[in-house]
Amino acid sequence: MYRYDKFDQAIVDTRVEEFRDQVRRRIAGEMTDDQFKPLRLKNGLYLQLHAYMLRVAVPYGTLNSQQMRTLAHIARKYDRGYGHFTTRQNMQFHWIRLEDAPEALADLAKVEMHAIQTSGESIRNISADQFAGAAADEVCDPRPWAELIRQFTTFHPEFSYLPRKFKIGLTASDNDRAAIKLHDVGLQVLRDDAGNFGFRVFVGGGMGRTPFVAHLIRDFLPATSICSYLEAILRVWNRHGRRDNIHKQRIKILVHDLGPEEFARQVEAEWQAIQPLDDDMPLKEFERIAAYFTPPAFEEGLSDELDLSDPHFAAWVERQVAPHKQAGYAIVTVSLKPIGGIPGDLTAEQMDLLADLADRYSFDDLRPTHAQNIVLPHVRKADLYAVWQQLDSAGLGTANLDLISEIIACPGLDYCSLANTRSLPLTQKLSERFADPERQLDIGELKVKISGCINACGHHHAGHIGVLGVDRKGTENFQLLLGGSGAEDASLGKIVGPGFTEDGVVDAVERAVEKYREIREEGERFLDTYRRVGVEPFKEAIYG
Amino acid sequence: MVEVAIPANLRFRNDEPADEPGVSLDAFLDQPNAVSVRIEGGDDVRRLAPALDRLKLVEIDFPRFRDGRGYSSARILREMGYTGELKAVGDVLVDQLLFMRRCGFDSFGPDQAIDLDVAARALGEYDYVYQQAADGRVPVWKLRHG
Repeated sequence: MYRYDKFDQAIVDTRVEEFRDQVRRRIAGEMTDDQFKPLRLKNGLYLQLHAYMLRVAVPYGTLNSQQMRTLAHIARKYDRGYGHFTTRQNMQFHWIRLEDAPEALADLAKVEMHAIQTSGESIRNISADQFAGAAADEVCDPRPWAELIRQFTTFHPEFSYLPRKFKIGLTASDNDRAAIKLHDVGLQVLRDDAGNFGFRVFVGGGMGRTPFVAHLIRDFLPATSICSYLEAILRVWNRHGRRDNIHKQRIKILVHDLGPEEFARQVEAEWQAIQPLDDDMPLKEFERIAAYFTPPAFEEGLSDELDLSDPHFAAWVERQVAPHKQAGYAIVTVSLKPIGGIPGDLTAEQMDLLADLADRYSFDDLRPTHAQNIVLPHVRKADLYAVWQQLDSAGLGTANLDLISEIIACPGLDYCSLANTRSLPLTQKLSERFADPERQLDIGELKVKISGCINACGHHHAGHIGVLGVDRKGTENFQLLLGGSGAEDASLGKIVGPGFTEDGVVDAVERAVEKYREIREEGERFLDTYRRVGVEPFKEAIYG
Repeated sequence: MVEVAIPANLRFRNDEPADEPGVSLDAFLDQPNAVSVRIEGGDDVRRLAPALDRLKLVEIDFPRFRDGRGYSSARILREMGYTGELKAVGDVLVDQLLFMRRCGFDSFGPDQAIDLDVAARALGEYDYVYQQAADGRVPVWKLRHG
């Protein structure tokens, strides 16, 4: 993975001291809370219902074991012994004291971590395919490009007071595991026939209260032009995006209002205008970064044989293990969704265990995913049994990836001051209702995503089944959506009908699932059946 | 840490200031002798292209410090070759000075007084930057490759 040089380290260290001084000035009353707010947000510090929350960046979803141990240390020293992986591959701590935040950031800086631009109206941490560098289906490892973009977008002087937040998603595979079309900018790395890198550029996707699937505006952008092209996109939006209504200020609204063709034309004109500035980093800078991402020293000639005589292990392998590009190796996704658990939560002890496993079995490499799981990307097949046993003994052996109980959920009203409803108790009830592994397997792939308000942090628009919590005359009410997808076949779910109570929506999900089992054709997932028959049969089953 | 001298009037230039206050963009373009213009958030500074020669002062208004349109306006003016005074006015706070300097502002007219010591620290704090901008600072990718 990428390692800081003296420049990167100096920038992050300076940031810690800058923020320490800003916190001091705030506590001393030298600036108002209104003036302090964007400064703390750009250092990942939110004010939630009960305490400050610190969101630590995990750039493009890559961690080493030392960094994971530092997250465990932060959890123990400054929080209540646990942390939470978000739907953008970051880790957040929900019980931080303002006066401790600079010290926590200083601890993070020692292991080349930070919380820069993890919130606020800025260019956020970049998300990427969690299988990068390991997937059998990728064109190349996309992370060197992500690191180059990370540097370019860190403290960009022109784009630090944007109309709203700005999120970039990156993949190098046709199988989109990073939900790039639901980002403000989605980038797919390609190679042309001559072997040159390029990007397919999508703009204007997003969830929130006005969801859109992103539009393709460039088929093949020469990859070394990515910084200037992003600059052009950002400048068109920074100048012309709305600033009069916080709910209409994301770039997706501008792209929608102008139309994708006109937006693309303006970007092209701006890009031409800034070409002479030579703002792009040269290929040799890309190559310097890429050298940190050379594949680890895989052993050659390993067998692909696996002893699956232990049925629990076999069930886990079936769900949680994906093909690796190197023979004899596998990609392990550790489910952070135990039945009745909180999606994405990890105790400090579990973090330490994952760090140990990464150290010993996965070339020191860990990847949080947007689905709030964590990947060990390079495990020898011969080690899978040992890895599984250790995971299982720590409560991390759940075999439910992409099944109905492997739910994405936001923290909801238990923590968040924006939420209308709690998300976590519903998530727990749903996973308990469908706890039976046989039943889950029979239902097959079914992605359930739950948000506690229309801001959609739980990605409910992109769920095969989505649940949106709303406030209805002072009581929690849950709306059911069907037919969304965050993958390469991205689509937005539609609300089925009137909302439910917490228990009512669990029943409604069950009725929808049973309807699917009744009418599915051979090989169809829930989403496929829904797309074939439409909403009516489900509506009838749910509302009778 | 870079030592930065902060002029008491927050004007980082040595030439004589223009003696006219800025007029609106439309008024400026209508008055062939005007030398000072005041840019509001929605104004397109590219309209100034034909008048750059006579332009001595551009004031860019920040109605709220969170309104970042002025950063793009400033950079575009510098990219067009404007070398006169570029002044950020309005809700300009000490923690925004660095990015404003980087975007080409060389003069500041804040609504509320700025503490000069804090300003010196804010402007001198970062030894390195990741991007080139309008201030001529050399980005780290250039330092890395000599």
